[in-house]
Amino acid sequence: MSDTVQDNVRDRMVAILAEQAVLEPGDIRMDATLEDLGIDSLGLVEAIFAIEEAFEVQVPFNANEPAESEFDISTVASMVRAVENLIAAQK
Amino acid sequence: MHRVVITGQGAINALGRSAGETMQAMREGRSGIGALDFQDVERLSIAIGGQIRDYLPEAHFSRQELTLYDKFTQFALLAAAEAVAMSGLEIGEELSERAGVVLGTSGGGLQTQDENYRLVYQEGKNRVHPFVVPRLMNNAAASHVSMVHNLQGPSYTVATACASSNHAMGQAFNLIRSGQARVVLTGGSESMLCFGGIKAWEGLRVMSRDGCRPFSKTRNGMVQGEGAAVFVFEELEHARARGAEILAEVTGFAMTSDASDIVTPNKLGAVRAMRGALRDAGLAPEAIGYINAHGTGTSANDRTECAAVRETFGPAADALMISSTKSMHGHVIGGTGAIELIACLMALRDGVIAPTINYEEPDPDCDLDVVPNTARERPVRAAMSNAFAFGGLNAVLVLTAFG
Repeated sequence: MSDTVQDNVRDRMVAILAEQAVLEPGDIRMDATLEDLGIDSLGLVEAIFAIEEAFEVQVPFNANEPAESEFDISTVASMVRAVENLIAAQK
Repeated sequence: MHRVVITGQGAINALGRSAGETMQAMREGRSGIGALDFQDVERLSIAIGGQIRDYLPEAHFSRQELTLYDKFTQFALLAAAEAVAMSGLEIGEELSERAGVVLGTSGGGLQTQDENYRLVYQEGKNRVHPFVVPRLMNNAAASHVSMVHNLQGPSYTVATACASSNHAMGQAFNLIRSGQARVVLTGGSESMLCFGGIKAWEGLRVMSRDGCRPFSKTRNGMVQGEGAAVFVFEELEHARARGAEILAEVTGFAMTSDASDIVTPNKLGAVRAMRGALRDAGLAPEAIGYINAHGTGTSANDRTECAAVRETFGPAADALMISSTKSMHGHVIGGTGAIELIACLMALRDGVIAPTINYEEPDPDCDLDVVPNTARERPVRAAMSNAFAFGGLNAVLVLTAFG
């Protein structure tokens, strides 16, 4: 994946999470957790829907066991990486 | 206040076409869950459910009737006919004015909506069948039951998502207790197993792709079912006077609201509902031998429900049995509490406790006697049925063995 595509994924992910957290994109740190951002389980489900719509991917995520889903939600960075992997897997 | 007893029961769901077949499947710990079969199912990521196999509407209803009956109405009518026949009740003119029907449903005529949206949006048709509205309305099932059985007293529909049936049966209980009715047909019906119905649930990401395993550490979500159950609730003296067989007495009901979150369950709301139902029944916690759990198989519900049972029952929590029959018939949403009441009646009448099947591994957060995998024979004098709905609306019933 080229650097520009990666930047693009990161920026769009930050925008999605910022909207859900009601924060400015500039306030979203890459090492922030969902808890840091104040995104609860319902907010996460909504964010994942937005991710699927934005990147046209299927995110493997079950709200019953968020920590055990293949989709790593531990930090903003881990979610960006997971989305990059999903996009790469489609190609 | 009048006392209220149950004198008839009827059901149709993935476990059977009658209350008797349903109880037999529960005794055997049989699963009714399998591959879903309806139009566009291949576009769903959730492919399993408690669907009623080989169901042919034409075998039960005329063509004219079927133009007016959505599947949720058909299920309600079949269950009601069985319940009335079992009760031996004859609804003459005098009784008719004191008899009603209160049914729970969440989606109402969802199949009708789904089919007709498909016609106008997907297939571009500009004309729909003239009876779409009377078929899809949420009160259609209650209305048709009132017409078929000539029930001219209070009739209505209750929609509180997964607690609809329990709220409905609680209303029926109070109608008779207060003297507003002598007989009420009550329970609930749901038919959400269609493309739009399941697609909407998929979005919430709480559905399991591979099975319903309430209380098991390995659980990963709910599985939906369909069907109905209807009971004859009757004023005790009326039932006695006609020599009716009494299945059980309805002795307690309480409803509470979490007033906290639209989907996440709240232990305190559940505790207040269970305590309220015990108080209404005049029973101590130790009196309850069996609880039919809400037990959806989601991590949040089962953990919260078990904590609420511990808080409500204290040391008595370790003596009681609690099971989720959703493991067998699936979550029948607005009809689920009604189907689950059959397990309570089986416990009180036959001393058979329906199991929680698919139980694989203990969860320290659900460390109660969940009757894993195999039904148990044990006499029970009082049973509780829990329903905790999305929206934080809780409804709990208490039944007591009669005689």
